[in-house]
Amino acid sequence: MMIALEARLEPSRLMAWASPLLAAAATVIAGFVLFSLLGKDPVDALLVFFVDPVATRYGVGELLLKASPLMLCALGLAIGYRANVWNIGAEGQLTIGAICGGGMALWLPQLNGALLLPLMITAGAAGGMAWAAIPAWLRTRCNANEILTSLMLVYIATLALSYLVQGPWRDPEGFNFPQSSLFGDNALLPLLLPGTRLNVGFLLAVAVVAAGWLFTARTLAGFRMRVAGLAPRAASYAGISADRTVWIAMLVGGATAGIAGVGEVAGPIGQLLPSISPGYGFAAIIVAFVGRLHPLGIALASLLLSLLYLGGEAAQIALELPSAVTRLFQGMLLFFLLAADVFIGYRLRFRRSPGAIAPAAESLAR
Amino acid sequence: MHTGAADTMEAAPVPRLTLSGITKRFPAVVANDGIDLTVLPGEIHAVLGENGAGKSTLVKIVYGIVRPDAGTVCWNGEAVVIDSPAKARTLGIGMVFQQFSLFETLTVAENIALALDKSQGGRELDTQIRETSARYGLALDPRRHVHTLSVGERQRVEIVRCLLQRPDLLIMDEPTSVLTPAAIDRLFGTLRRLAGEGCSILYISHKLDEIRALCDRATVLRAGKVTGNCDPRRQSSADLARLMIGHDLPHPQHRTATARGDGLLEVHRLSLAADDPFGTDLRDIDLRVGGGEIVGIAGISGNGQRELVAALAGERPVEEADAIVINGIPAGRLDAAARRALGLCYVPEERDGHGAVPEMSLDENALLTAYGQQLVTRQGLIRRRAVRAFAKATMSRFDVMAAGPQAAARSLSGGNLQKFIVGREILQHPRVMIAAQPTWGVDIGASAEIRQALIDLRDAGVAVLLVSEELDELFEVCDKVAVMTRGCLSPVKAISDTDAEELGLLMGASFVAPEGPPAHAPPDRR
Repeated sequence: MMIALEARLEPSRLMAWASPLLAAAATVIAGFVLFSLLGKDPVDALLVFFVDPVATRYGVGELLLKASPLMLCALGLAIGYRANVWNIGAEGQLTIGAICGGGMALWLPQLNGALLLPLMITAGAAGGMAWAAIPAWLRTRCNANEILTSLMLVYIATLALSYLVQGPWRDPEGFNFPQSSLFGDNALLPLLLPGTRLNVGFLLAVAVVAAGWLFTARTLAGFRMRVAGLAPRAASYAGISADRTVWIAMLVGGATAGIAGVGEVAGPIGQLLPSISPGYGFAAIIVAFVGRLHPLGIALASLLLSLLYLGGEAAQIALELPSAVTRLFQGMLLFFLLAADVFIGYRLRFRRSPGAIAPAAESLAR
Repeated sequence: MHTGAADTMEAAPVPRLTLSGITKRFPAVVANDGIDLTVLPGEIHAVLGENGAGKSTLVKIVYGIVRPDAGTVCWNGEAVVIDSPAKARTLGIGMVFQQFSLFETLTVAENIALALDKSQGGRELDTQIRETSARYGLALDPRRHVHTLSVGERQRVEIVRCLLQRPDLLIMDEPTSVLTPAAIDRLFGTLRRLAGEGCSILYISHKLDEIRALCDRATVLRAGKVTGNCDPRRQSSADLARLMIGHDLPHPQHRTATARGDGLLEVHRLSLAADDPFGTDLRDIDLRVGGGEIVGIAGISGNGQRELVAALAGERPVEEADAIVINGIPAGRLDAAARRALGLCYVPEERDGHGAVPEMSLDENALLTAYGQQLVTRQGLIRRRAVRAFAKATMSRFDVMAAGPQAAARSLSGGNLQKFIVGREILQHPRVMIAAQPTWGVDIGASAEIRQALIDLRDAGVAVLLVSEELDELFEVCDKVAVMTRGCLSPVKAISDTDAEELGLLMGASFVAPEGPPAHAPPDRR
């Protein structure tokens, strides 16, 4: 008895939809096993992890609050990923966006909120774009791989923020803690739901997701980005510039990540700290793929990843598990998704005799 | 090595290879459906059929790459299971593939040594290669690097590689598609000599004239089934074509050009270094294609046609704007989209991933280049109804068989997709049309329709440039023709003033004196 992977004639649409659900289910099962091995009651632990965080109104607010930056970053990344431009540095672009947006709040503390908030958001988007422009320029000019350059810039951005809050921007009345002054109310995004921390940043994220859908599905520019990703030679045949594709992809990703950064400092944080994101920029990569690079899918996947963040926090408190449990669940989800994605293009076949050549190879050879 | 079966006096010789009831199903198609085939010792046996008729699957079964679902294979009268190419080689079966598998950066001898089942090399192998190649008239220098060889010479490497294993059956898959007429004659000489020594040859082709000239017997396949067994020398091409495609062959109407269009493509002293180390530099190309005429570019692929077409279509812009002039406007530095806006349309050589995006629907593939046909609003939004109407119009005008405009491009057969691409370009009302190998790998019926479409374009006053390896096609549709060799273009001749022999000589010019690598030779005329 042999198990073989056989290439499907057409990629399965059913599997394309089912694969994220399968991956989520497999993650829960693996979590069950993991909790059992750790000596926790698995059912209890799963309830703590996945249900308790959203059992209250405050919890739902937190879910949407944490989903917002994920949604923003993932949407920008997905537009690039569809065009085969691999921006891994959303975390850094988010950080620079937070520095630029937060800088506005520190620089113009007296400005009216109706002016200051749009200014902060614009500055954040511009900062994220500028940071993303570096790998774009290196890629188009020097053919440097954007995966490496954008990733390395993350660490530079984090260190820049750390320098600012420990040096020039340190709060003079902050007892030497590495943090900026607290922002005034004029620099904070208005709250949406009373009794929660959810702010209008969530609406902004939803609007950006809708705009992303319009761009990808309905505009010629979005169509061309997809062509560039699927068939580079067809793109050059149709007169689609490869450099332009890289620039659009990086700048869109930088802009949305920058806005996400502003949303954090002008939202739940309310000041600049040495660390303003628990890895939203990296988790957004998982969101983009779990969401099938589709705006609607990204909106749903960002809720799932947000739940993992909340569950991870709850698990630390209630189950006394280390904080690594969040990353562990993120990693398992991505791992199971990539495994389940194989079945979009292939199906399992059980065969009696060991064949000399796998049928998948045969149909490739044909 | 040869079997003693032929020694048995009087009795009919034991067939070298007998296939009976060979069936192979792929998920969407039955590639081979109960095929019977017998090859005698020393026989040159043709397997004739259109693309997709199942020829390649059948020979892959014989060579052990594909395993049949049903049927038996007998080798010299004994039932065998050929489960790998290594097994096939042990039995004495050699195969020369359509696509060569050679390492460009290695020498001829190194390439051959890699493929031999037991390791050998050095002087002994060099001597063997020299002897074998001399014996069969396949001149080869074992020390040369493969990237300096012409396509014809590369094929010799593949053939010599097989012959060193002293096969009893040699399978040749579409061997002439890359050869000049003179080189084809030479290859046929080699094959006849091999057959005379008792080696059987299974010759796969869809070219009727060649099969009639070379083969003793032919098995004709259509849609996976045997539709005829005959002696091709006693059949007319029309008879063979009917067996192959099931009906008579449509012939394009070729009238002398009457209309004078305003389309105009001019190329002035275009030189361009190849961007790929194994590509061909273009040297001082001069060309003029006027409205209402079809100018053909003949030549064996790899002589700079790909680079020329990429430069003309704007996939690779050139430094001098004046080197390429489209409808009077210097266009050398423009990209493909800007040239399209000047009225240039283009059918690239490859369909999948170049002329069309396989994963995308026909709708989206229509939008790929036809976005200028009012398919997009001024704000850049896609007008989806207009796109669908355009795709549907292309499908109905050019008889494209597909499930509908939402069908993925890859679900179409090669011929249908090519008709869609050609149709998409034509419906954009070009003034200049470039078609690169538009009938390559396309079945005969669709080829005829595509050629007719090009002639109709010419009659409508469009300037048409047709790049093709097939001389028959060029003679059928072109008004003028030039030959491309080693990145240079011969002077353009009226088709009535030249013949296949002359073009063949021009094409083969690079073969006669292969003293240096064509891509790196210095420009010799300035």
